Amino acid sequence: MSTAPLEEAVRAAAHRHRVRPLEALPWLAALAAYWFASDYLALGAQVLVMTLFALSLDLLLGFAGIVTLGHAVFFGIGAYAAGILAVRASGDPLLGLAFATAVSGAAGLLSGAVILRARGLTFLMLTLTILLMVAEAANKLAFLTGGADGLQGVSVDPVLGAYRFDLFGRTAYLYSLAVVFAGFLVVRTLIHAPFGRSLVGLRENAGRMEALGAPVRRRQVAAYAIAAALAGAAGAVNAQTTQFVALNVFSFELSGAVLTMLILGGAGRLYRAFVGAPLYMIAQDWLARLDPTYWFFWIGALLIVVVMFARGGVLGLASTLLSRGRERATP
Amino acid sequence: MMDVALSILFHGLASAMVLYIIAVGLSVTLGLMGFVNLAHAAFAMAGGYAAIWATTRLGLPFVPAVMLGVALVALASIPLERFLYARLYGASELDQVLLTIGLIFVATAIARFFFGPAPQSLTLPPVLQGQLEIGSRSFPTYRFAIIATGFALFGLLWLGVERTAFGARLRAAVDNVRIAQSVGIRTDHLFTVAFALGSGLAALGGALGSEFLPIRPAYAAEQLNYVLIVVAIGGLGTLFGPFLAALLLGLSDTAVRYLAPELGVFFIYLAIIVLLLWRPAGLLGRA
Repeated sequence: MSTAPLEEAVRAAAHRHRVRPLEALPWLAALAAYWFASDYLALGAQVLVMTLFALSLDLLLGFAGIVTLGHAVFFGIGAYAAGILAVRASGDPLLGLAFATAVSGAAGLLSGAVILRARGLTFLMLTLTILLMVAEAANKLAFLTGGADGLQGVSVDPVLGAYRFDLFGRTAYLYSLAVVFAGFLVVRTLIHAPFGRSLVGLRENAGRMEALGAPVRRRQVAAYAIAAALAGAAGAVNAQTTQFVALNVFSFELSGAVLTMLILGGAGRLYRAFVGAPLYMIAQDWLARLDPTYWFFWIGALLIVVVMFARGGVLGLASTLLSRGRERATP
Repeated sequence: MMDVALSILFHGLASAMVLYIIAVGLSVTLGLMGFVNLAHAAFAMAGGYAAIWATTRLGLPFVPAVMLGVALVALASIPLERFLYARLYGASELDQVLLTIGLIFVATAIARFFFGPAPQSLTLPPVLQGQLEIGSRSFPTYRFAIIATGFALFGLLWLGVERTAFGARLRAAVDNVRIAQSVGIRTDHLFTVAFALGSGLAALGGALGSEFLPIRPAYAAEQLNYVLIVVAIGGLGTLFGPFLAALLLGLSDTAVRYLAPELGVFFIYLAIIVLLLWRPAGLLGRA
């Protein structure tokens, strides 16, 4: 009898892992966009890249509870790694993707192992300082990175030797979609595995996890490295599909933007990247077209409003409305 | 060689004083309210713009223009504190970070709207434009004034915190907010006043420093890092910590710009990372 709660918990965990029909929605939407919004495929690929980037941050922020101001550093490292490989050695996109993922993952492992001992303001400072340090290095190593002019001449071979990156961005879109899907599978599997559950434990109460004997620091470093690798993959896809890398990948603004995307998405961990990133990118595209210089005002205002008044973001709003509807349906 | 050392010392001191004036307010409010205010440099930017506006549009002389800028920013910060910041005291670090990143974005866009993208500096009064000689070397008079102002402010702040009733209440609240409340200190008033003072000081630093840190819309994001470095290395809730940290940062930053302009900034960042790992609570912080 005493095992009943445990069994129930195991069943609940297994249930959580089961694929629900609603989960197909973002992917169906992405495929629908491919057919029906074919004029916007370049923007679509950008949206997908940012979705993966936001998803990688969600693993840190939503699951491990680690707040960082420097997540853009891994996006940038991945972008430069893929770009430099394409310029210097091989234009194979999958090789570039694997290389960039490995390099940024290693950077995440190394920096995470060093800085995750710090807390609070000091940790925030360290993430920001590393971002600025790497930006400075990329600026000064102009022979490798192109410096302030950006990395030019990134030419990418056809995917699997067959699908050329075309002018209309079809291949770029589908390639980005495939990488995002792979990244999503990785994150989804991880968070339902014991590893992901222990991250949630860390987020909720690190002290208790330590008392339970969980290797707190090691788990955090692992999450940091995996998130870094995924951010690097996003950066790599960005470099390959736009065939250009500029220093602004290492900007505070990009770190802030990706945080904003997650917060816009709101309460639904794991899925909010799929709501927030498209929303942010489309809003940015629209606002920038209305007013190319001041659109950041609206992004900032939106961020303030969401933090102050709509903490659940779009998904939170949706689920509130849903549950209200249900209450009305079953009196 | 001596000349270079003297130059580094002089210009390093001037930049350290500006850093100190900008950052000290954040150190106090962070120590007091535990609020991670990433938008602090935006107040410095606002002070710079307000002073520039007062000289160019109102035709005010240098000192009244700076004072008006400081007063405007301090006043404007009060409703911000009451209606935005105060609601997030005790909220998660993430919420505070997000709110203040939002404020940076908004401040940047507003600055660009009203003042354009070009960097601007305050016009110095004729008295401060010349050079002063020390031995065989001459240095800009204005930077002497900055150094003097920095030391004077440090002294004033020390007196204010250590020797006045307000300072005593402030120290009590930094040590323990609940106990301070329970002995009858109105901590919400205290927070507002401290926040306004800190914002006003940031505005003063922004205006005085515009000679070598020109005011432009990106200022709020770019200077954020230097401000945070001073606060994090100095340690929270102390007056001397940020002073020491600003001296270290100002002097070493100036030194590498003279001696190793190529990779200098990179090594500064590296040194900061090492220092923060060695003393996570800052040089003089309470763990």
